[in-house]
Amino acid sequence: MNRRDAIGRVALIMGGAVIGAEFFISGCKSNTANVADLFDADHTAFLNEVADTILPTTSSPGAKAANVGAFMAVMVRDCYTPADQKTFVEGMSKLDDAAKKKFSSKFLDLTPQQRTDLLVDLDKEQKDFTTQRGKTLDADAAKHKGEANYKAPELPKHYFRMIKELTLLGYFTSEIGATKALRYIAVPGRYDGCIPYKKGDKAWAT
Amino acid sequence: MANLNIDSVKARTFDAIVIGSGISGGWAAKELTGNGLKTLVLERGRDVKHVKDYPTTNKFPWEFEHHGQLPVSVTEPNPIVSRCYAFGEDSAHFFVKDNEHPYVQTKPFDWIRGYQVGGKSLLWARQTQRWSDFDFEGPARDGFAVDWPIRYKDIAPWYSYVEKFAGIAGNKDGIPELPDGEFLPGYPLNDVEVYFGDHLKKNYKNRHVISARCAHLSKPNDIHLQQGRTQCQNRDLCQRGCPFGGYFSSNASTIPWAEKSGNMTLRPFSVVESIIYDEKLGKATGVRIIDTNTKQSIEYYARIIFVNAAAINTNLVLLNSKSNRFPNGFGNDSGVLGKYVAFHNYSAHIGAEYDGLKEWTVDGRSPTGGYIPRFRNVYKQETNFLRGYACGFSGYRYQQHKYDGVGSSLKDGLVKGDLSPWYVGSHMMGETIPKESNHVSLDAKLKDDWGVPLLNISVDYDDNDEKMKKDYIEQLTEMFTSAGFKNIQPSTNHQAPGLDIHEMGGARMGKDPKTSILNEWNQVHACKNVFVTDGACMTSTSCQNPSLTYMALTARAANHAVEEMKKGNV
Repeated sequence: MNRRDAIGRVALIMGGAVIGAEFFISGCKSNTANVADLFDADHTAFLNEVADTILPTTSSPGAKAANVGAFMAVMVRDCYTPADQKTFVEGMSKLDDAAKKKFSSKFLDLTPQQRTDLLVDLDKEQKDFTTQRGKTLDADAAKHKGEANYKAPELPKHYFRMIKELTLLGYFTSEIGATKALRYIAVPGRYDGCIPYKKGDKAWAT
Repeated sequence: MANLNIDSVKARTFDAIVIGSGISGGWAAKELTGNGLKTLVLERGRDVKHVKDYPTTNKFPWEFEHHGQLPVSVTEPNPIVSRCYAFGEDSAHFFVKDNEHPYVQTKPFDWIRGYQVGGKSLLWARQTQRWSDFDFEGPARDGFAVDWPIRYKDIAPWYSYVEKFAGIAGNKDGIPELPDGEFLPGYPLNDVEVYFGDHLKKNYKNRHVISARCAHLSKPNDIHLQQGRTQCQNRDLCQRGCPFGGYFSSNASTIPWAEKSGNMTLRPFSVVESIIYDEKLGKATGVRIIDTNTKQSIEYYARIIFVNAAAINTNLVLLNSKSNRFPNGFGNDSGVLGKYVAFHNYSAHIGAEYDGLKEWTVDGRSPTGGYIPRFRNVYKQETNFLRGYACGFSGYRYQQHKYDGVGSSLKDGLVKGDLSPWYVGSHMMGETIPKESNHVSLDAKLKDDWGVPLLNISVDYDDNDEKMKKDYIEQLTEMFTSAGFKNIQPSTNHQAPGLDIHEMGGARMGKDPKTSILNEWNQVHACKNVFVTDGACMTSTSCQNPSLTYMALTARAANHAVEEMKKGNV
């Protein structure tokens, strides 16, 4: 798979730029030494539960079965800026705070329905946040229009957007996601430039 | 020299030496060994055996730690190579890292390199369009650079020769400015590509969308099976090396063929420091290498030498080959060595949508795409800039997804493959004009790990490039508009020269030794037993992807060299 395809797919899925895409494409610029410096086993388990709420078991296994939590930890370690790493790690606590506020329990103690309800709220929150962030960036760019060395300000991103993006990227490029949820053929052996389009077919992984 | 005994000299003496094992060096090796010459092939990097040394070739996406993205340990120290589209977690081991071989950028230049047996032939985009006389006559007609010493008729049989062996998929399109060749079946265009081609045919003169000719075995012939290669399986993972030999590379094709002759000695880990010139004999007698493992300096001798180190490094070898006869670099009586370097301008794109043909899609993966041959300034000068551009052109449909919310509704939406309308995209491939000021030279102070001076690269765009870029955007916008494409989005970037990976020139061919380095047979004017047949030899760049032309020039020059040896002329 071409990495631009992968990024492009998630960008399309999420309807905008992928956090860290500039790093995924040009390469990761910063890291800390170990996954363990940022995430312990509990964190990974926690991320797996969150991911499994975002992409649960349906007719195909969910994100936990694909161990997307561990993938997220690796990607945050290797492909996020220190600022984004901080947002992500603090976001795990914020997610729990939101759970306590809404249901007076930690995320892991919520029922499946409560987990979904909470993440629906957080998804709305990240969407509004991201829209507002985009407007601020656009306004700033307009203010500095024509300046050759203009550099956009580094505004914080929303932690739940990060979690959701990495869940989607990790799951649909995992063996389970690619082969059980989507269609994946490693060796097509052919190319046909013109076949009838049948709506309703499963998506291709690559 | 540590050891001067006669036996050792004999063991280090060959009929021919080829410097480099990439796309042109592989061809030199095949032709020279095929003609019975004991040939030493020198490669500065490690050996890469076909299939065996393609460590990622059969990996699934999830078998890569970052699912295809690059780890920081690779990318942070390597901003230059990280800008290359083909540099990924699956292919990084075939690219030179920035810090492995530094160079001096007097002006920004993204030098993309592959130091291993096969060189960049493992990594190329496999596009193989012939030149025509509209290209070879360009400099003379338009008054830049110097006249090419050859014309299409000189190279046409050699295009055919290399195409048959390499395996080129394409259609007989009957376009004079992009001559037909010896083709395996072409890959089909998709519906929107065909639609746009029909639109151009109806509404414009000499504007075509063709299936880009590419070095893939769409249907192998016996000669390809003999090489141990088989049909391209449309995996679209070429940059990993192909276990089927579905595309042409030195590793899959010319190098094992040369090996089979029994006449090739392949020596990896051999950086060529310089070519040895014998004043008394008035010719080159060999090369001086440095073994990159032992750092030992060793001399090898031969009657003829082919320099195929890849354009910029060939300039480095020649510039560093100084002697009393050639104090300013090998064969450099004219003073033009290292100068008139040019490249291809890839700095403009355009995209759009098409609201039609929604009942059609594609299946499988195509190893190529659509190609619009140059239509500007072909039959006559018609713009305020010289020369022109070819265009890549492709249509595609995305899988469209709803991404709101979480849970089973989100997942169900994402696993559905409902397709977007058609999108189309094109990128510019512009000719640049070779100029004296665009040059490479030896750095006065800095040296690499082997004691070879670092190269200073000073290459830039000019006003002609800017005008051409503007014209590309204007013409494509107009063509897209008249075809009914909507939401047309042109974009330009400021990518540095080099990222096109089509750097050429510096040791150009020409009729006059006073203004060129090489003659019509790619022989150094002033030293006829040295041949340069990689990108360094290019007098002008035109706008076709150049590798096929290097292959043809190499096969032609190698066979000429053999004839000249038989006649005792070299």
